[in-house]
Amino acid sequence: MKILLVDDSKTMRNIQKGVLAQLGHTEVVEACDGQDALSKVAAAGPELILLDWNMPNMNGIDFVKAFRQTNKATPIIMVTTESEKSRVIEAIKAGVNNYVIKPFTPELLSQRISETVAKKAA
Amino acid sequence: MDPAFITPFIVSIQNVFSTMMQLPVTIGEPAIRTQPGTTYDVSGIIGMSGDVTGVIVLSFPKATATRVVALLAGSEMTPDNPDFPDAVGELTSMISGGAKGLFAGKKKVTISCPSVVMGPGHTVSRPRDVPCVVIPCSTDCGDLVLEIAIREVAAQDAAPARAA
Repeated sequence: MKILLVDDSKTMRNIQKGVLAQLGHTEVVEACDGQDALSKVAAAGPELILLDWNMPNMNGIDFVKAFRQTNKATPIIMVTTESEKSRVIEAIKAGVNNYVIKPFTPELLSQRISETVAKKAA
Repeated sequence: MDPAFITPFIVSIQNVFSTMMQLPVTIGEPAIRTQPGTTYDVSGIIGMSGDVTGVIVLSFPKATATRVVALLAGSEMTPDNPDFPDAVGELTSMISGGAKGLFAGKKKVTISCPSVVMGPGHTVSRPRDVPCVVIPCSTDCGDLVLEIAIREVAAQDAAPARAA
């Protein structure tokens, strides 16, 4: 499965890549902000997107709004420090399919990825 | 500063360190910092805006930061590694983001992307009219502090928080 991993922190991308590798997902394209992600999404053709919220240049929620104008199908998991209920609702309304609050355990991220992938396949 | 702003940071740093690094944090007695400058030589800095404004600094001695970053990143990293500040910034961001989610009263608060400053004797600009509360933290990797200089914005002064 092709995955687009969007986070401005390389440390966080590496942590998430480790979890993805444990799940057998090694086809990962990285982007460092929403703008970078938009420029890579066509070539990457991701089947799943893991997306941070707070990033420079273009934040995660603006990426979702732009991406969803042309793609309603690819699931997006927001992985963010934004933990307020209002933020979760805002993200879901924008088109996010699942939500993981940082800090997270590898088990929680694995679970969210698995359930999102399973839902897409159903 | 409203003391109710302190507990969320204590809960959040303990949650971040235990969840991401399995590293328990023991909290010491908070104190007011009256002098400029930071406590130690590695600082992760986050700005808050919206209903609550100010600055959060996660300040480490270099040796402690090196040990903590190694636990977070899963590999040894010296402070001159370009990824070292990224790891310190991400930790600061997780702590601040977690704390703002615990503020009482559904406050709309936005946090900035983190900045990291390293070197002895550096200073971080803080709002002049806000006291800086220093929370000492002790871990198996060494001591560090959270420096919190934030205040609630009066309703008539508050600009709408923008999602970041």
